[in-house]
Amino acid sequence: MLYIFCPHCGSRSQNEFAYGGDATVKRPELNKEISDQEWNNFVYLRKSPRGKHLELWHHISGCRQWIKVERDTSTHEIFKTYKADELTE
Amino acid sequence: MSQDFRLDNIGMVNRNKKISFTFNGKKYFGYEGDTIASALIANGVHLVGRSFKYHRPRGFFGVGVDEPYAILQLERNNERDPNIRATEQEIFEGLEVKSVNCWPSVNFDIGAINNFLKMFFPAGFYYKTFMWPPSFWYKIYEPFIRMAAGFGEASIKHDKERYEHKYEYCDLLITGSGPSGLASAYAAANNGARVILAEDKPRYGGSLLTSDVNIGNQTGAEWSEKIITELKSMSNVIVKNRSQVFGYYDHNMLVMSERISDHLPKTQKYLPKQRLWYIRAKEVLISSGSIERPLVFGNNDTPGVMLSSAAKEYMKVYGVLVGKKPLIFTNNDSGYETAIEFKKNGVNPLILDTRKEPSSDIITEAKNLGIEIKYSYVVVAAKGYKKVKSADIAKISDNKKDLSNIENIECDCICVSGFWTPSIHLASQSGNKSEFNEKIDAFIPKKSKQKENTIGSANGKFTLEETINEAFNKGYEVSNKITENNNKLSIPTVVEKKSTEHDKFWCVPLPKGKSYKRFLDFQNDVAVSDIELALREGFRSIEHVKRYTTLGMATDQGKTSNLNGLQLVSDIENKVVPQVGHTTFRPPYTPVSIGAIVGREVGKHSKPTRKSPMHEWHEKNNAVFVDAGVWLRPRYYKQGNETLFEASKREAKNVRKNVGVCDVTTLGKIDVKGPDAAEFLNRVYTNAWLKLPVGKARYGVMLREDGIVMDDGTTTRISENHYHMTTTTAQAANVLSHLEYYLQLVWPELNVNVVSTTEQWAGAAIAGPNSRALLMKLFPNTDVSNEALPFMGYKEADLFGIPAKIYRISFSGELAYEVNVESDYGNFMWEKIIEVGKEFQIQAYGTEALSTLRIEMGHVAGSELDGRTIPHDASLEGLVSKKKDFIGKRSLSRSAFTKPDREKIVGVVPLDKTTSIPEGSYIVKDPKAKLPNPKLGHVSASCWSVEYDNPFSLAIIKDGKNMIGQKLFAMSPLKNKTIPVEIVSSHYVDPEGKRVRA
Ligand SMILES: [Zn+2]
Repeated sequence: MLYIFCPHCGSRSQNEFAYGGDATVKRPELNKEISDQEWNNFVYLRKSPRGKHLELWHHISGCRQWIKVERDTSTHEIFKTYKADELTE
Repeated sequence: MSQDFRLDNIGMVNRNKKISFTFNGKKYFGYEGDTIASALIANGVHLVGRSFKYHRPRGFFGVGVDEPYAILQLERNNERDPNIRATEQEIFEGLEVKSVNCWPSVNFDIGAINNFLKMFFPAGFYYKTFMWPPSFWYKIYEPFIRMAAGFGEASIKHDKERYEHKYEYCDLLITGSGPSGLASAYAAANNGARVILAEDKPRYGGSLLTSDVNIGNQTGAEWSEKIITELKSMSNVIVKNRSQVFGYYDHNMLVMSERISDHLPKTQKYLPKQRLWYIRAKEVLISSGSIERPLVFGNNDTPGVMLSSAAKEYMKVYGVLVGKKPLIFTNNDSGYETAIEFKKNGVNPLILDTRKEPSSDIITEAKNLGIEIKYSYVVVAAKGYKKVKSADIAKISDNKKDLSNIENIECDCICVSGFWTPSIHLASQSGNKSEFNEKIDAFIPKKSKQKENTIGSANGKFTLEETINEAFNKGYEVSNKITENNNKLSIPTVVEKKSTEHDKFWCVPLPKGKSYKRFLDFQNDVAVSDIELALREGFRSIEHVKRYTTLGMATDQGKTSNLNGLQLVSDIENKVVPQVGHTTFRPPYTPVSIGAIVGREVGKHSKPTRKSPMHEWHEKNNAVFVDAGVWLRPRYYKQGNETLFEASKREAKNVRKNVGVCDVTTLGKIDVKGPDAAEFLNRVYTNAWLKLPVGKARYGVMLREDGIVMDDGTTTRISENHYHMTTTTAQAANVLSHLEYYLQLVWPELNVNVVSTTEQWAGAAIAGPNSRALLMKLFPNTDVSNEALPFMGYKEADLFGIPAKIYRISFSGELAYEVNVESDYGNFMWEKIIEVGKEFQIQAYGTEALSTLRIEMGHVAGSELDGRTIPHDASLEGLVSKKKDFIGKRSLSRSAFTKPDREKIVGVVPLDKTTSIPEGSYIVKDPKAKLPNPKLGHVSASCWSVEYDNPFSLAIIKDGKNMIGQKLFAMSPLKNKTIPVEIVSSHYVDPEGKRVRA
């Protein structure tokens, strides 16, 4: 079970969190004309890298904040965690 | 009964307390502190089971977790507990155990015929034999395998024992209380670290209890007693015996099972049976020691053949002799220690040493004691079927290939020592890739992937001096890193006998003309010939060899067999062991009860049960409840002998005719607040929200980004910047997460807060033509007329002194209101509604009537919004704004979602007006069409229309709009029904929606 550092609460067990997928996906702006392809990429296409990955976790049984976690998908090493509005490196 | 093999003046069992127990129905006794194994051996019993494949007789091989075959079944309080190691289970008064894997009895086992048919049971036998014909599988092969295989029977009864879970955090977890564990715990604890020291056995001390050593002028046992007593008294230390750390998981989470009352006579009222500890440790020191390696020779699985270290421990800890005419077969000095112990207890052993001319302190001591030693000698084969009676021994040539001078000598046990294998299971589980150490012919941990270090013999340190030094230093070093304290203890002096090098020899060749089975894996019956066969058949990867032959699998996880198997593969392949590599060690290291894994989350406790504040009233009024997620909701209120069908029909009819009240507390409720709340709702819902006035409610649909409907519900504008959102019961939690996602990550510029208020409000839906009349009596000071409180209106009112909120919304399609009060007043509200409603013929109605009412109105719910439908499919396209953007809008213009014949919701009525249509039925044009019959869609919900008194269903079918009026068929292959039906509008009752606005 992972041990995730919530920037709001401190280190907490994985079972307090819900996984939220790729944190690098950016939703297209509202009211913007975009192609089917672009929309398709946003809704469905996700990278699944082996190694470093920036992902979203929701501290659902804690502060209820969405946070960004930089994690190695093969070793589970967590390098850094960020608040939702914090700029990532 | 006398204990012929019990020694008088040695051992740590309590001679003052006799304990009786039964084994296979026969009564024996032992002493407090005995294991089943030690007590049985004291009674001269060595035959305890039959082997897995060949059903060969099985005795005791080890003395603890290393035991591969003395696995028994325990009966306690009429419960069965399989997979019990006889070497670990302590006896208690009244204990009943029996052998497994033998029928009809351990002495006469029919399956033993497999042993004589062994040429038919080679490696991969199951894969080769039980393949064809496939039809034989269920009836012949599988029952045969099932009957012949396995270690015991799991109980099928409810386990009444209590198991607990515990979460613990510490600076340092130390796994094992041998010399390295004790020393490192002592050093770290004295340096201020919070330490957990876990020992799987009842007694602390590990090898210190059995070895002839001296630490700081005390014997090993005395020193360990002193250290453990001191550790127990320290407030920063948790010391646990009978506790096995069996798994090393991510981020230094380790799991330990503590056997709390397994050794006690019966369930203790205030004690759980076992406790599972989830331990998050800043650092881990793995001090799990090492396990002696077997030597491989003919019939080396015969009862009476055992590890020499086990024989020594039976003497020193339990005061039990494993035999009176012992043969010690060794390739290193450890066998000598056992021989010396035998000699000290008045038994004359014979040592066969594979080495030519070894010399060391220990060997000299053995010689001085007059112990007979034969060098360059091996055991060729054990003789005797159910117990060792003699052994064929031989001189072995210097190149270890040729045997000579074969002779048979009498003996009653053979104690083997093939040197030591570090227990690297935990380190390996943590991700540590081990490396092969030529000096000890075994793997030791390499570079830590997590915060762990392995110390002592688990790290290949086989002298006590090295071990104690390493442990004191590591304990200090690791604790210093965490606590930054500098209290370094002085390391005590160690006195031990020096030993010399072991012989790199472990497998005795077969003499000419003999085909003895030489076992590698005792638990899974894997012999040398099986590995040879697997390699001949082309298996190369050690992982494949493992699976094909079953070497190192199951509960044993290769504890005694692994290295011998690898050595054999590397010899045959002409490789060195590191090239062969080793298989993956998997948790658990030892078997764990399912009960311990589940803990207290059993039955009703597996998830919380949520009840509305009116629950007691429902119970008193004969409600029959149904699970709605974690909520319990009244399904119907039973009157007399009513069935579900009759009761729900009565309740629904009464809503249409008079007035009903339904507990809707479970609906999800979310407060949405902030200056940008309207803008936020406008982006979340498909319809327009910017112009909703204060005091008005609106029905809304929200989508996922892929265009699929996520949820629906009404949201009311309570004040300028405050909205009260409702969700379906099932989606409440998901919707909240969804809103938080967009507010925190996508549109953080919106100044809005959301919070769940589901539990803050109790809700009652009052529905039916009499509902306004009832409301007027409930709220005499509030104007609830159609003008003052129109459809989708909202008012705050006073309910006999209690503040209440009235929402004029309707799920039933009748004139209806939802009244909310703070949860604590829920029951008061409910009782008032029932009391005042009497004159209007009010009846409470449950979820079944609620469904009936919404289905015949054509209102969609979870069975239509099933994660596959877009607004169009549920006839909600009128709520999709063309002007503004919202979550998921762009998806709705995808080609699949705009096809003209896309599925749409319709009503379905059976032509005979009597046959109910099973939910899930297919709608087809021709029931006799060739299979697979092209389906138009499926029936999503069915009810008995109380308005028209005939069955009515909702279905989502292709080109639904144009199907209305057609005669089709509903087919349910599951129920074997084909029903001719007519397709009608989904709005079966009051299609213009007059009633809700009345
Ligand atoms: Zn948090």
